[in-house]
Amino acid sequence: MISSVALPWWAMVCMGAGLAAFIAMLVISIKRNHGVKRSLFASPYALWMIIFTVLPVILISYYAFTDSNGAFTLDNFKNFWDSHYEANKVIAAEAERLGVDYSQYIVRGTVNVDTLVYSLWMAFQCTVICLLLGYPAALFMADRKMKLGSTLVVLFIIPMWMNFLLRTIAWMSLLEDSGLINSFLRWLGFDSVQLMYTSGTVLLGMVYNFLPFMVFPIYTVLNKMDYRLSEAAADLGCNSWQTLYKVTMPLSIPGVISGITMVFMPSVTTFFIPRILGGSYTMMFGDLIESKFLTEGNWNAGSALSLIMMLLILVSLSILRKADPNGEGGGIA
Amino acid sequence: MKNLLRAALTAVVCLSLVFSCTALADSQPVTDQVVNVFNWEDYIAPEVLTIFEEETGIHVNYMCFTTNEDMIVQVEANPGAFDLCFPSDYIIQRMIAKDMLAEINFDNVPNAIQTMDHLLNPSYDPENKYSIPYMWGTVGILYDASRLPEPDRSWSILWDEQYQSSIFMMDSIRDSFGVTLKYLGQSVNCTDIPSLFAARDRLIDQKQLGVVKAYQVDETKDKMVAGEGLLAVMWSGDAMYAIDLNENLDYFVPREGSNVWVDGAVIPKTTKNKENAEKFINFLCRPDIAAMNWNYIWYSTPNKGAIAIIESEYEYDYTSNHVLNPSDETLATCEFFQDISDDFLSVYEALWMDVKNTK
Repeated sequence: MISSVALPWWAMVCMGAGLAAFIAMLVISIKRNHGVKRSLFASPYALWMIIFTVLPVILISYYAFTDSNGAFTLDNFKNFWDSHYEANKVIAAEAERLGVDYSQYIVRGTVNVDTLVYSLWMAFQCTVICLLLGYPAALFMADRKMKLGSTLVVLFIIPMWMNFLLRTIAWMSLLEDSGLINSFLRWLGFDSVQLMYTSGTVLLGMVYNFLPFMVFPIYTVLNKMDYRLSEAAADLGCNSWQTLYKVTMPLSIPGVISGITMVFMPSVTTFFIPRILGGSYTMMFGDLIESKFLTEGNWNAGSALSLIMMLLILVSLSILRKADPNGEGGGIA
Repeated sequence: MKNLLRAALTAVVCLSLVFSCTALADSQPVTDQVVNVFNWEDYIAPEVLTIFEEETGIHVNYMCFTTNEDMIVQVEANPGAFDLCFPSDYIIQRMIAKDMLAEINFDNVPNAIQTMDHLLNPSYDPENKYSIPYMWGTVGILYDASRLPEPDRSWSILWDEQYQSSIFMMDSIRDSFGVTLKYLGQSVNCTDIPSLFAARDRLIDQKQLGVVKAYQVDETKDKMVAGEGLLAVMWSGDAMYAIDLNENLDYFVPREGSNVWVDGAVIPKTTKNKENAEKFINFLCRPDIAAMNWNYIWYSTPNKGAIAIIESEYEYDYTSNHVLNPSDETLATCEFFQDISDDFLSVYEALWMDVKNTK
């Protein structure tokens, strides 16, 4: 697709320059570290990064700052703030052409900002729920006295063998009006309940899909923790709640940070789940970007939204990084 | 030295990747024994291609697209790569306006006389110079007749409060607005600002009434088959699929009228195999082949001769099927989509986003 879109020469030059700069940086870093042999192993990944990370980001930035003719513009960002921005221009032109007053139709559209706020709110709820569910689960799994711990680990991993799309679609056959849960309710003599197509269903789908990303980083950190520390705490008079609160929890912070990041990031960018389980009743930011690209065919506006989202993620990552400066939780944040 | 070598190697790998891609794109054989066909996914009976190759000796390069917009981009970016495409009506109009299409030499397409009269000289191609209909259909309402035996055959049924959370709307800008505009007595191609805002407000009302179950496109037909909804705005082709799987379902085109759509065969101006493309079109218009394609796709066929074959050989009562074969009165109320300029489309898009943003 990308190869077929004709880019102007200067965009090609920009991309070429980006590529050259990246290669130069690579070479310089190899020289500085004198790690010639070791860094050689990184070259396949570096090439991969150039083609599938660096070039796409350059392309997205290019589209975000240009219009459909390839001329520089900031309209795509104005569009983010006011989703009626382009429409208002057309309406004003129509009003002038017809000599009528359309001022009542010239309003600010808030869909992009609203959707972003809604996505952040949903992601926040999802992260909190995952943390509340995931932390005890991780504690249980890491507890050496629990025989079931390792079984639980396997039980958490098995569903991940299957693609998340399939698992999400499977939820549909549970929650539908003619689905398992409602059939059971009817069998018991109750009325069926509308379970699909609500924001609660979307949240359920998100929690279900992202919960393992909260559990495993916490589990890893807890599992590595020196259990003699909690024994020492008990010896020194802590009851088990105090041990948890004063010893285990502070030591598990890096895992928690890692988990929060790994849940929050994909939650904000969720798409497809709102469409399948939420019936597109309310969009999330990922759906909005998808519709800009696929439904409206407006790559420029879509790229601007993607750029704003990437920026947001970058900011939230750097905030989280402050909480785990040594990257003990796997260094994801 | 080693570092320099590595940098050079990386550069060579990158460059060779780029060049191999371009080389691949150019490597299509340019002989008169080829026709490059660009069609929708899953939109032709597979055996049709083999029969054509056997009969004519012309090799078919068959490629697929999933959206009209994608197809246009590809055709513009790869001149000469495609000899035959199957865009929808309003896209044909746009391609004509962009001067992308070659006039079809109808001397090479004698089977074109099979085309139904009501699909001749359509508004998207007024002189019928550039396109020949391939498949067509209407937009209407699929409903569950077991729970709703006598529906009011009007678009207003989509705003009836008693059908709480049981209506599937289309997550498609032109279709959802088209339906609402028809309900308000306007054209599906309306560009009157106050009418468009009125349509938006009706769509917002509808959402706030709580009658809409979901906004979907591809998923709806299976949901209706499973009995998840009472009413769904749907294309007649999808309705055929759903009715076939669940006999409780039925379909009507509301009395206010609707949209009638056509996917037509067109030849891009940049073609290098125009005569082969015309041979292929002529082949598709042959009644037995059109019947074969109908039997695979199940959309309405524009081919008069094919209907006779469908009824005799496939023993399917095509004529009395009101989904496939709407009455003349119904068709008289239906309109083709006109291409709306990109500028004006932004008004539609902004207003649809307002609907989606309503909680």
